[in-house]
Order: sequence, then structure tokens, then C-alpha cells
Amino acid sequence: MANWIGSDQKLPQGRLILVSYVVVLEVILLLIGFWKLQIIQSGHFADLAEKNRIRTIPIIAPRGKMLDRYGRVIVDNYPSFSILLLRDDPAQIKRDLPQITSGLDITAQDLEQQLTEARDEPKFQPIVVKPEASDADLAFVESHRADLPELELMMVQRRKYPPDDFLAHVIGYVGEVSPEQLAQSGGDRYKPGDIVGKAGLERQYNDILTGTDGMRRIIVNSVGKPVRTLDDTEPIPGKPIQLTIDLDMQRVVEEEMAGKVGAMIAMNPQNGEILAMVSRPAFDPNDFAVRISRKEWVDLNDNPNKPLLNRAIQAQLAPGSVFKILESVAMLESGTPPPDFHVFCPGYGMFYGQIRHDWEPKGHGEVDLHKAIVHSCDIFFYNVGMRLGIDKLSYYASSLGLGKLTGIDLPSEEPGLVPSEDWEERVYHHKWYPGSTISLAIGQGPIEVTPIQLVRSISGIAMGGVFYQPHLLKDFSPVKTVHFPISEKTVEEVTDGMYGVVNEDGGTGHLLGYPILAQAKLQNVQFCGKTGTAQTISAKGLLRLTASERHSFGYNTWFVGFAPKQNPEIAIVVLVQDTHLEAGGVAAPLAARFIKAYFEKKYGQPIQELEAMASPAKSGSQSQASDAAPAARNQ
Amino acid sequence: MREQGHSFELDWWLLFIVMIICVVGLLEIYSSTHNSPLHGMQWKQLIWIGIGFAGMLVLSRIDYGALLDQSLLLYLLSLGALAVALVVGNKHFGARRWIEIWGVDLQVSELVKLIIIIVLARYFSEVRTERLTLADLVKIGLLVGVPAGLILLQPDLGTAMVLVPVAIAGAFLAGIDWKHAAGVLALGAVVAVAGWNGHVLKPYQKQRLATFLNPENSPRGAGYQILQSEIAVGSGGFWGTGFSKGSQNQLGFVPVRYSDFILAALAEEQGFFGVLITLLLYLALLLRLIDNAQKAKDRAGMYLVIGVAAIFAFQVLVNAGMVIGYMPVTGIPLPFMSYGGSSTIFGFLALGLVMNVRTKRFVN
Repeated sequence: MANWIGSDQKLPQGRLILVSYVVVLEVILLLIGFWKLQIIQSGHFADLAEKNRIRTIPIIAPRGKMLDRYGRVIVDNYPSFSILLLRDDPAQIKRDLPQITSGLDITAQDLEQQLTEARDEPKFQPIVVKPEASDADLAFVESHRADLPELELMMVQRRKYPPDDFLAHVIGYVGEVSPEQLAQSGGDRYKPGDIVGKAGLERQYNDILTGTDGMRRIIVNSVGKPVRTLDDTEPIPGKPIQLTIDLDMQRVVEEEMAGKVGAMIAMNPQNGEILAMVSRPAFDPNDFAVRISRKEWVDLNDNPNKPLLNRAIQAQLAPGSVFKILESVAMLESGTPPPDFHVFCPGYGMFYGQIRHDWEPKGHGEVDLHKAIVHSCDIFFYNVGMRLGIDKLSYYASSLGLGKLTGIDLPSEEPGLVPSEDWEERVYHHKWYPGSTISLAIGQGPIEVTPIQLVRSISGIAMGGVFYQPHLLKDFSPVKTVHFPISEKTVEEVTDGMYGVVNEDGGTGHLLGYPILAQAKLQNVQFCGKTGTAQTISAKGLLRLTASERHSFGYNTWFVGFAPKQNPEIAIVVLVQDTHLEAGGVAAPLAARFIKAYFEKKYGQPIQELEAMASPAKSGSQSQASDAAPAARNQ
Repeated sequence: MREQGHSFELDWWLLFIVMIICVVGLLEIYSSTHNSPLHGMQWKQLIWIGIGFAGMLVLSRIDYGALLDQSLLLYLLSLGALAVALVVGNKHFGARRWIEIWGVDLQVSELVKLIIIIVLARYFSEVRTERLTLADLVKIGLLVGVPAGLILLQPDLGTAMVLVPVAIAGAFLAGIDWKHAAGVLALGAVVAVAGWNGHVLKPYQKQRLATFLNPENSPRGAGYQILQSEIAVGSGGFWGTGFSKGSQNQLGFVPVRYSDFILAALAEEQGFFGVLITLLLYLALLLRLIDNAQKAKDRAGMYLVIGVAAIFAFQVLVNAGMVIGYMPVTGIPLPFMSYGGSSTIFGFLALGLVMNVRTKRFVN
């Protein structure tokens, strides 16, 4: 036997008792630990346990519809499924990546990029890997519930926009909320992946259109597999908005502007309601309704014709001869020069040491205000401008609504610019050149207006100085009204002139405008208007270009008008950009055809413009352009 | 003294306590797994308990004196087995811990625990001085350090650590100079720091320790287990959610809920009340073991029993501490409750040693 044996060894009983104390202490300490978790913090952990087992899947509230002024649906929704990728288990996603990408027909590169971008988002936030699932995609997800539990379906309501770019700029489009918007909202209003209005009315009235998402709470196990549904909170759909747009009139302007670059706006001068608004070229908002591909987005942005630009409110261009109407008002209202002012127009004139030409080389002979408006005589208005001076011109132009926002209920309206002596000194640090006043007198030089400004301005003049805030929402309130009283006599004189433009022999809008109305037996509709043509580049700039480059610069042709002459109920502005027809003759017939369609509808006649659209043969009313003030080539 | 010959006496109280713990474990294993592909696990565990019980009966009849005599052989055998496990052992969960015997994978290190208890009991019982000398401490350190090192290589930090309290408890009972104790503590600290900075700890072990210090940092990473365990425990409240009604347990949020984290599953379903009962059962078990130690016939017997108690106490401390986030995740099972063949068999064999000592207390 080894030497460890020996009952003589006394046991260290005292130390053994100490050991038992240690054991008791151990159990007490552990119990305190459990007490802390289970009694003191039990509420906190119960919450966490609930979050663990309950997954909330949003039930997306449909956005409100957009209706036209008669309640006809313009923008609707349709249900569709999105495929979500739950990111709780990165290892599993990595493993399943090839299966997912091939099954859903997406590129591994795209998916990996998405995952990288979402890296900083909370893990429980799923990402949308396929915004609009096809039937095959749905079948794939359903059949792989067991082995690809990280894929989940979510029903969403998608925007259904009219086809063919119809009303695209007015409607705008929706998209996933941007990181900036998320940061701004402070996390309460939006969550990542929310769909919000990004442009146009979708953005302007996003708060009305957006509903409150509902949610479905499901119990999931630790690998995220749904066990059962706990409850549903129904979504509250967004509210519809009724627009001032008249679908019929919109169809007319869409058709008229097809294939052109420019814009057209029809407005009720008596209240500012926009009946139709188009900007071309346009884009298809449906491309945005799902998820616009990077390529499409780049194409839209790189397109030299800028299809995303809403020219109706964002094109800032020289108004050309249309400005002569405002100048006429300035002249009559200020009495400088006096109302009976008249000049002899030989086709050219000398102003501040520089020879200026009229658009009509032969000249217009003896010209008073009426004839000057009807024939768009440059020499007459050079003289008027010179006598008014920059201060008065600038004052009246601004007072009549140019160079500032109209306040239309669309985002991103541009203000344009009315120059003044102050402005010249502030920007260019030199005194105003009197010669610039002469250019301004025919709507050239550093003046920039938007189509919406022009239509509001002309409407206000026709209304005797009451300028309504243009708007697209039927219930828009309050409609801001600016009063800049214009005497009845002034209105009479100016509108007479504008009536002459369309209806008198030799009027710049006559050859095209009048026959169209005459043909429609609407001679009794007193259609008034004014043409305008502006070069898209300055004369000096033109000289620097080669012949072929020169050819690529065309004219911006304008037409503004209203009808009837007294108590006008419809005002129209037409802008056709970069046309090589050197005449407002491009724009005037478009306006006339619109006015014709408007009154045809009003008097219950068939709208020929729309019938022509329906038939394959297009209406043949596009006759040759006439003159219509190819002004200011000498600028 | 009464002469009882070769008859032996089981500690019925001890067995009773252990059996209740086993039943609690079986019920919780059933509750945790019956709704999952793992269902039926409680029957497997019952078989392990049966095997362990038989092993206990056998071991309790082998004279512990004979075991102590063979301690050197046993020690070398265990080192050899550990080496074999390292070289040819089956790999599970990234660690070479298992040797296949009769088609069953056994964790060698569990057996080594038992042998270390015997080897240290032998060593301590031969100490004749009032206090352990420095040479004693070095030898004890080597005796524990070599197998612990081999286990660490598997790598299995948890089991390697389990060997240490056997030495500490023994040293305490044998008598230790406080200066030496302080020195050992300092050395331990140095080793810990060196181990952290050197290449002793595997990255996952470092990760586990790091997460243990700050679990909320990585909710789905390594801290996930601790956090999920805390959630299950905390959400149990005082009375618990009820048998097999714990959402975290039933839906699988509690990690290895039938084994290492079985106390978390129990805490959720039976609440603080259930934990209290369970921990009191372990307290009773440990106090009963100490009682056996106090009544041992000789020091060797006392050291054997205390070695067993030290390991159980350490496992309870680390496992329960882990479940509530006070200890790192080391994979140390809860004795007699956690599912597992090797650990259950070890538990009963260790009880066999205790019964053995108890039987001998009236001999001579």
C-alpha cells in the first residue's frame, strides 16, 4: 500500500466548513443575478422577447388617385408583389446568393451592391430585391419557402400612370425615399424603402396622397420562418386629389405638341385654374413606378432635350415679341410716349448710335400702337422702349408678373428674370447700357420668362389687372390674387391689337389662326393673341459658330392668347423651341386649334382635334408658316 | 468501529437530489425539443443517465485505494488519450474532442476530469507538511497544466478551465501560504494576459470573451447567444411562461437550449421560481458532497469528494453565470441537466467516486 493511506490523518474540518460557505455564497450570487434579470429587468426583456418573435410586415397603403376636373381617373394604382430579402443571416444569404440570383433572374452584381448599400441599415430591415415580381418569380419564392426562408413576398400598390407620357410633368413620379429625406423626417415620417412623390403633383401633394401603411404582425421562429399571423392593422389609403385639368383639353395639347420641343398651358384667366399643361419631350412616369434602372435614369438626364424638365414652369427664355404687349400696357398706363404716338417705319432705325432692323425689311410705313401690335413692328417698339427707359420697362414687366414665381402648385418652378439698372450693376458691375433697353423693347436681351408667367401675365392684362395664382388642385385655396389695376381704355386698346393679330389682314397670327376658327364656324369667338419669336443664341454668339453649328440653333416661337376678347374664359401659351421655321407661325396655329377645340367642347360640338387623333390620317391643318415676327435677328 | 466487510452503502440522499435534477433536465429537454426536429432527445438522455448510473455502481465498488495506486498510469493514459484525440479524434463544431468508442463519440476530456481528481487527491494526500511548499505548487501546476494545455489545444477553453478549481480547492484544504496564493494569482493573471496577446487562445475564444464583455455590440454575431439567453431568462419573470410555453425557447431563439443553455430555457418557462428550486437543488447537492467529504475516512477520500464538488460547483457557476451574461460562453454543461453523453456519464462516474469514499468510511 502506498504512503497515502492512514486514518491518522485528521481532516481539515474548519476549511471544509469554509468551502460550504463558499458554495452557499455562490448560489446566492447566482440567484441575485437571476433576480436582476427576471424580476427587476423582466419588462425590458419581455419587450425584447416580443420583438424577437414578432415580425412586422408593412401593408402598404395605396396612394390617393388623381382625378381630372370632372372626376375622371388620371392616375390609379394596381396591386403587385415585391420580393423582399431578409438580411438576418448574412452567412445564409451568401450561401444562397447564386440560387436567388438565378431563380429571380437578377445579376449577382446588382444584389451584392444592394447588400453593400444596406450594410449600415438595421439587420431586421429587409431589402427589396425585385420590386415587381413576375408570376415565375412568385412561383420561385413559394416553392423555395423551406430552403430559401430569407425570401419574403410583400404586396404593394403601385402607381398606374397614363400611357404615352400623358401629363407626365404635371403628375411627376414617385420613388423610394432618399437618404436626405429620411434624415430630414427624423425617422418618424418615413422609413427606408417608403415610396414618396419625387416630382410634380406627386411631390407637391405627397402629404395628401400618402396614406398610412398598415401592418401584419407574424410570429416567426429563430430562423425567421413565419409560424402564424398574429394580427393585421389595415392601411389607411391616401386621399385622392381632384385636378383642374380637363382630360379632353389635355389630350388636345398632348397631341398638338407631339414630337416637338416646348410647352403649352391653358388656363382660366378668371380663377387661375390650369385646364391643360404639357411639356415636351416628356418621360414615362411608369418607368419610375417600379424602380427606374440606372441606365434609364442616366439616359433621361443626359438627353440633350432634357425630358425631365417641365418647360411649362422651368424653361426660362426670352419672350420675344410677346413682350410688346406688356410694353404697350406700360406705354398707355404711364403715358410715355402718349397714346397717339406714331412713327414711320422704313424697316430700320438708328438707336443710340446703332442701326436696328425691323423683322420686315420693307418696313411697315406709318405705324401707331394698334398697327404696331398687329404687325409686330419692331421699329415702333424700339422707339417706345427708348422713351420709357429701363426703369419703367422693368417696373411694368415685374408688376405684370414677369421675372418672378407665379406660385403654381408644382415644385421647382423657375423665377425667370427681368433686368433692371440695379441688377446690371449687381451682376455685371457696370452701368446699364441704354442699347440694352432697345433689345428689351422687343423681348430680347437679358430677360427670361417662363410659359406659366406669360399665360398668367396675359390673362391678368385681359382681366384688367387681376392676376390669379395658377393652380392645378381643384380645391386650391386661397388663390393668391394680385391686383395691378389697368385702365379699361388700356385693356381695350391692347386687346384690340391682340384681336387684330389673329383676325386682321396682315396680322402676324391671322393667316393661321383665323382660318382655323373660321373653318370651325367659330368666327364669333373673339380670339386674341400675340406671336413672338426669339433667337436661342445672341447675334454675337451666332457669329462665332460655323455654318453647320449655326444651323443647329433655331428659334423659340411663342404664342400667347385668350378668348373671348371680353371676359376671357380661356388663356393659352404655346412655346415651340428650336424650330427652324423662323416664325411664330409654328405656335399660333397650335393655339388656334386648341381654342377651337375648347369652344367645340363648350358648345357641345365634336372635338375635331381629338377625332383627328383617333383616325390614322393626321389633321392636315399644318400649312406653311408665315412671318409672325421673326424679330430681333439684329440683336 | 463497525465491521461492514465488502458491503457498500449508497448515499441515498445524494442520489435522490441528483435524480430530481436529472428529471428536471429531462423535462426541460423534452420541452425544448418536442416541437422541433430534435424531438425525442429526452429518451437519448435517459439512456445516457442509465449508462452513467451503471458506471456509478461499478465505480463505487472499486476500492478507491486501488484507483489512487494506479494514478500515475491513469494520468499517462489520459495524456495519451488526449494526444490521440488531438491527432485522430473526430471533429465536431471545429474542435477535436471526441474519440469514437463502440460507435459512440466520447469526449475524452470528460474522462480526464475524473482522472485529474484522482491524481490530485493522491498528490494532496501525500503532503505531510502544514502548508504546501513552493515545490508542491509547481508540481501541482504541472500536473494540471499538461492535460489542461492539451485540452486547450483541441481547443476547449472551458473544459481546460474546469481542471483548475480541483487544484485550487485541494490546495486550500491542504493549506497554502497566502504569499504563495497571491503569487499564483499574479501568475494566473500574467498567463491570462499572455494567452490573450499570444497565440494560445483561438480567435473565436477571444471573440467570445470580448463579446462577453459587451454583448450588445454584435446582436447577430457572437454576442447573439448571450443576448438571446438573457432575453429568454429575463422574459420569464417570476413564475415563468409555463411548461413548453416559452416563446424564445419554443421558437428556437435560445441557443443550444437543450444543452449548454438549458437553464435559460428553464428560466423562461419556469421563471425565477423554477431557477430558485433548481439552484437550491444544486446547493443541496454540493452541501451533501461536502458533508461526504467531512465524513471521509481519510484525507485522500476527502480530496476525491472535494475534487468532484469543486468541478460541479465550478460548472454550475460558469454555466448559470453564462446564461445570465455574467460569464463568457465556454460550452461548459450544467451537471445532470444539460443534454450530453460524455458529461452525463462523467457526472455519474464522479458520483461513483463519492459513493466509493462513503462506503469506505466505516472500513477499518
